[in-house]
Amino acid sequence: MASPTTGAFRQPRFPLLAQLLRSPGSAAAAVVAIGLIAAAFLVPPLMAQDPFAPGGAAIWEAFTPPVWMDGGSSTYLLGTDNQGRDMVASMLFGLRTSLVVGFLAVGIGLVLGVTLGLVAGFVGGVVDAVIMRLADIQLAYPALLLAMIISGAAGTVTGPQRSVSAAITIVVVSIGVSFWVQYARTVRSSVLVERDQDYVAAARITGRSSVAIMFTHILPNVMGPVLVIATINLAIAIITEATLSFLGIGIPLTQPSLGTIIRNGNSYLQSGEWWIVVWPCLLLIVFVIAINVLGDWMRDALNPRLKRRG
Amino acid sequence: MILYSLSRLAQALIVLVCISLIGFLLVSNLGDPLATLLPSDATQAQRDQLIQALNLNAGVVERFGLFLNDMVHGSFGISYRTHEPVSTLIAQRLPATVELALVSLAITVVLGVSGGVYCGVHAKSPVAKAIMFFSLAGVTLPTFVLGILLILVFSVNLGWLPSFGRGNVVALGDWWTTGFLTASGWRALVLPSITLAMFQVTFVLRMIRSQLLEIGQTDFVRFARARGLPPRSIWYVHALKNALVPVVTITGLQLGNIIAFSVVTESVFAWPGLGLLFLQSIQSADVPVISAYLILIGVIFIVINLLVELSYPLLDPRVLRRGT
Repeated sequence: MASPTTGAFRQPRFPLLAQLLRSPGSAAAAVVAIGLIAAAFLVPPLMAQDPFAPGGAAIWEAFTPPVWMDGGSSTYLLGTDNQGRDMVASMLFGLRTSLVVGFLAVGIGLVLGVTLGLVAGFVGGVVDAVIMRLADIQLAYPALLLAMIISGAAGTVTGPQRSVSAAITIVVVSIGVSFWVQYARTVRSSVLVERDQDYVAAARITGRSSVAIMFTHILPNVMGPVLVIATINLAIAIITEATLSFLGIGIPLTQPSLGTIIRNGNSYLQSGEWWIVVWPCLLLIVFVIAINVLGDWMRDALNPRLKRRG
Repeated sequence: MILYSLSRLAQALIVLVCISLIGFLLVSNLGDPLATLLPSDATQAQRDQLIQALNLNAGVVERFGLFLNDMVHGSFGISYRTHEPVSTLIAQRLPATVELALVSLAITVVLGVSGGVYCGVHAKSPVAKAIMFFSLAGVTLPTFVLGILLILVFSVNLGWLPSFGRGNVVALGDWWTTGFLTASGWRALVLPSITLAMFQVTFVLRMIRSQLLEIGQTDFVRFARARGLPPRSIWYVHALKNALVPVVTITGLQLGNIIAFSVVTESVFAWPGLGLLFLQSIQSADVPVISAYLILIGVIFIVINLLVELSYPLLDPRVLRRGT
């Protein structure tokens, strides 16, 4: 939105990118996170064989150790699992599912939370009191416990033999719903500040509806903190998915996700095939740390109080 | 104060009834108790008897009343999976969970408080910085990944500690079993309790540190210094006393995470506690057990939250004036 006054404070074309490059740790985290996301979405479609399709993996090559160990093969850099699937390939397939779940869950939480926060802050009164009291109650139930309960309760509705898509939907919704409180609280408090600004009064005088003012005028001004929460929530969503799937109440074993791959590999922990479980654990840790570092950096970079100082 | 307490108590009761209603709706709408509890060649007389025993012919309101009545008397119906009373199942599993929770609580108090005090008092020392760095790992590592890695190192590679179960347990009376009295019981407790405590230790440690750093800047600490009190008495008597109260409150609010993490820990270590029972029940759609577990968690939650809320006015009298 270019208004005449912004010309006076002209900034570099991509101010955030320039700022990111000035912080090496955050830049490295960004490279790792974006690289892994790109690999997870771009590489699997290019593979000749889906390792999770029936007959897609060389079962006779099962339990091949990583390349630097005795019996390792240069075809399988990190080894193969109990079905002869290449660990690199199956982790990319798994990460893709985990990312889809994560993005969808964050999306649900964001839309729900931002809408409720805007309404609570803008309308006020009883509506505000009800929404915020709900938020208070839910705040006591962390995402993992809530997702466990919803996923468990929903699992009894559909029965243990539910379809893959039903299972994914349950996981996405149960994680997503547990996220709305943070967005709602943040947006509401920003709205309370923005609501009395002159530009809102001006929009009101020109006859715009409340809904239009909320979404086109106030919303862009509160998006900064929302993006930060969304980034950190992505890490929480991916950990929660992995935990639920590891416990057997998330995504079924037939669909690769980081959680199901770790659950599968965990069966071979005692027999010495450590690589089947360690690599996906490491991938999960590295990805989550990268996203968290990125989120911390964004919090500082998007904070107007810190920006003005720079 | 009395009005405040009564209104909190009333709210807690309302929430309790809501949770019971959800538990009741789960049991009354999901699954078919007749198909799961009776043998396939059951006679009509046996069916009628069970219908009578479970009050299946009564109206919804009446059944909810009976459900609440049973609940107050500690009865939650019969498990679809094992055909035992749910209360018996829960009583069998409770000791394992309680002992695991107690040991991890002890670890939390000892390591979290001492580490937090050290890092708060000697904030600039290299040791404190190292502790803070490693505490980041505790915040980031998912519980189940930590458990898997501990098993890999200490059970599989080094062979020092068992990776599953409670070891040998001793029965204390009719309704309690303990692993505290045998060496194998203690050995079995090590890895699960560390796994469960990791999050709480890092949480408490970081909280106490930041509280102490903040209190170190306040006027009363500066006055104490100006009066010439020895640093030890300033930190450990005056500052720590003020730092601990909010830490206790906020840690109480982490209860939800602790319950969730205990389910995860019990699953990783095949620990025969309530969390594992909950997971097994979900996988076999054992609705009465699931419902009883949810109600039990709800009750624990309500009681702890009520205690926390009732403690607010004692810590900060301004809460009462705000009109709640």
